[in-house]
Amino acid sequence: MIERCPPALLLVIGSLLIPCFKGRLKQIYLLALPLYALYVIYTIPEGAYWTCHFMDRVLTLGYVDRLSRVFGIIFALIAFLAVLFAMQEKNAHHMSALVYSGSALGVTFAGDFFTLYVFWEMMAVASTFLILAGHTIAARKAAFRYVLIHLFGGLLLLAGIAARFHETGTLQVGYIGLKGISSYLIFLGVALNAAVPPLHPWLKDAYPEATPSGTVFLSAFTTKSAVYVMARTFPGAELLIWLGAIMTVFPILYAVFENNLRRVLSYSLINQVGFMLCGVGIGTQLALNGTASHAFCHILYKALLFMSMGSVLQMTGKIRCTDLGGLYKTMPLTCLFCMVGAASISAFPLFSGFISKSMILSAAGHHKMVAVWFILQFASAGVLHHAGLKVPFYAFFAHDSGIRTKEPPLNMLVAMGITAFFCIFLGVYPEPLYRLLPYPVDYVPYTASHVVGQLQLLMFFALGFALLLLSGYHPPEIRAIHLDVDWLYRIGGKRFYEIMDVSWNGLNRGCERLFVKGLAARAGRFSQHGLARLTVLLAALFWLLSGYDKEKADRKREAIFLLYRKSAFPIGLSAAAATALLVLIFSLK
Amino acid sequence: MKRELHLFDTRKNWQRLLFGFYVALAVLLILDFFIPRHGYFPWESYPDFFAAYGFLACMLLILVARLTRRFVKREEDYYD
Repeated sequence: MIERCPPALLLVIGSLLIPCFKGRLKQIYLLALPLYALYVIYTIPEGAYWTCHFMDRVLTLGYVDRLSRVFGIIFALIAFLAVLFAMQEKNAHHMSALVYSGSALGVTFAGDFFTLYVFWEMMAVASTFLILAGHTIAARKAAFRYVLIHLFGGLLLLAGIAARFHETGTLQVGYIGLKGISSYLIFLGVALNAAVPPLHPWLKDAYPEATPSGTVFLSAFTTKSAVYVMARTFPGAELLIWLGAIMTVFPILYAVFENNLRRVLSYSLINQVGFMLCGVGIGTQLALNGTASHAFCHILYKALLFMSMGSVLQMTGKIRCTDLGGLYKTMPLTCLFCMVGAASISAFPLFSGFISKSMILSAAGHHKMVAVWFILQFASAGVLHHAGLKVPFYAFFAHDSGIRTKEPPLNMLVAMGITAFFCIFLGVYPEPLYRLLPYPVDYVPYTASHVVGQLQLLMFFALGFALLLLSGYHPPEIRAIHLDVDWLYRIGGKRFYEIMDVSWNGLNRGCERLFVKGLAARAGRFSQHGLARLTVLLAALFWLLSGYDKEKADRKREAIFLLYRKSAFPIGLSAAAATALLVLIFSLK
Repeated sequence: MKRELHLFDTRKNWQRLLFGFYVALAVLLILDFFIPRHGYFPWESYPDFFAAYGFLACMLLILVARLTRRFVKREEDYYD
């Protein structure tokens, strides 16, 4: 049975049958698909499955080892929870969401780069529909930019894969390492999906425009499947340590003053992926375990945060800090779930972030990377600011916006409840997750030293936040946007177009004036009337001598013009001209 | 119509929350002197190092964010 059902194809093909079901049956079918995929991934032994021959290559749809399994499990689990959250959406939404989830599983279990690439592109296309489903002009424009950027990234990846195949003759997915043009092309293609700066702005541009539930899917798959591919192909690449460290810091600056709460969470997502890539860059067993476990926990709490903000958006129609506030009064459960997500992402003890992020920090400490360690500690304190304090504070507390609404539908609450349960469960009892990690775990998160250190870091950061807020020094929330690298293609692209328009089209217009309307017209006029005028000029000499009056001269002139227009010259004249020409030629000779 | 009072509509509850917060801070500061610290770097074992770093991190983050915002802030319809 298992032999016939690769989890990726199960979701992709299974999604096509969604319109055949209605009502309760459809709900069961929607939930059963990812659950069954989860069952298959959890139970299947390590090895290569679902191989098929295509042209003269062997394609592997199911390369299962400990690394791909842990990513597969969390992808299937979050697909289930997100489908539960998105139950109210239309069929088209469900179909694109499941194709997207299935493609992410396809990337995870791909044993060869050809399969990986196909699923990679399917992911890009399917996710675009989740953004388009936002049904606003902003969403349509953002989706257009999103798909263009991802197709560009896909082309980089394809070029890298082709070059690598040319160099090595193999398509197998495995360690590549940064060496040679093909590896850099693959690296760039994957880095774009992982939102590595300066290739990141698609994320904060598009995710906040998707539907309330679409963003939950988006937050899980694209970046984390890229993290998985990085961990598979570029572990230990030093470049990734520094890119990861940069990624953890710059988004928290933007998150401080960003007004749209789903955009705050998008910046926060980039920051979290930074931790994971840093772990991939360090590349030791502890670091890679940290990356895998952090991806696992992060997918859950980030989904929970996006679910709570999605609920707020769905129930109030608003998502800006400046429009919200005081919602704890009418959405207490959503508020509670949001705070569980906030505590988890901030890595408070007993919440999931605490047991995963610290592994990456320990790996950096273990290798005496002083600068990286300080940057990561700064960033993990900074997470508390935007995701831990700002999101719950401005949505549910702060000033009372006067909005009185109610809790979201039951399925959304249940989805948030289960996700929140996992966040706390893993924080309290990390063993089941540690057992799934790619390498044996020799790590104890709960030591008195670690707990107190982390609590001090977070609580005194919170004290600073409270003091700055009360003193009015904290940047106020205002309705504004903030420029990011996407300025380059949103405004820069427009300017480039204008400059090209003015310069090339200007050249075109100049040439037209000079050559087409100027010289060519003159040449045309000359060939039309030039000879006739010359003849008239010569003839006028005779007319003058012959004493023609004006009227007769005019008549003669008209006759000459007519003659030239019709090219009807008397034979004698032609013969005379020909003779004159011959005489001229001979005399010149 | 009677105006419903919620958890944080009363000043007293706010004060209770803040009091709890300050007590927690004090406990953390004192606790650090009695806990055997171990870390990868020498400064991790200085008492209250993480408290100081957390507080400084907040100040630094907000300061840099304020400066950054001056350069990147635009009207909401900037791209339209």
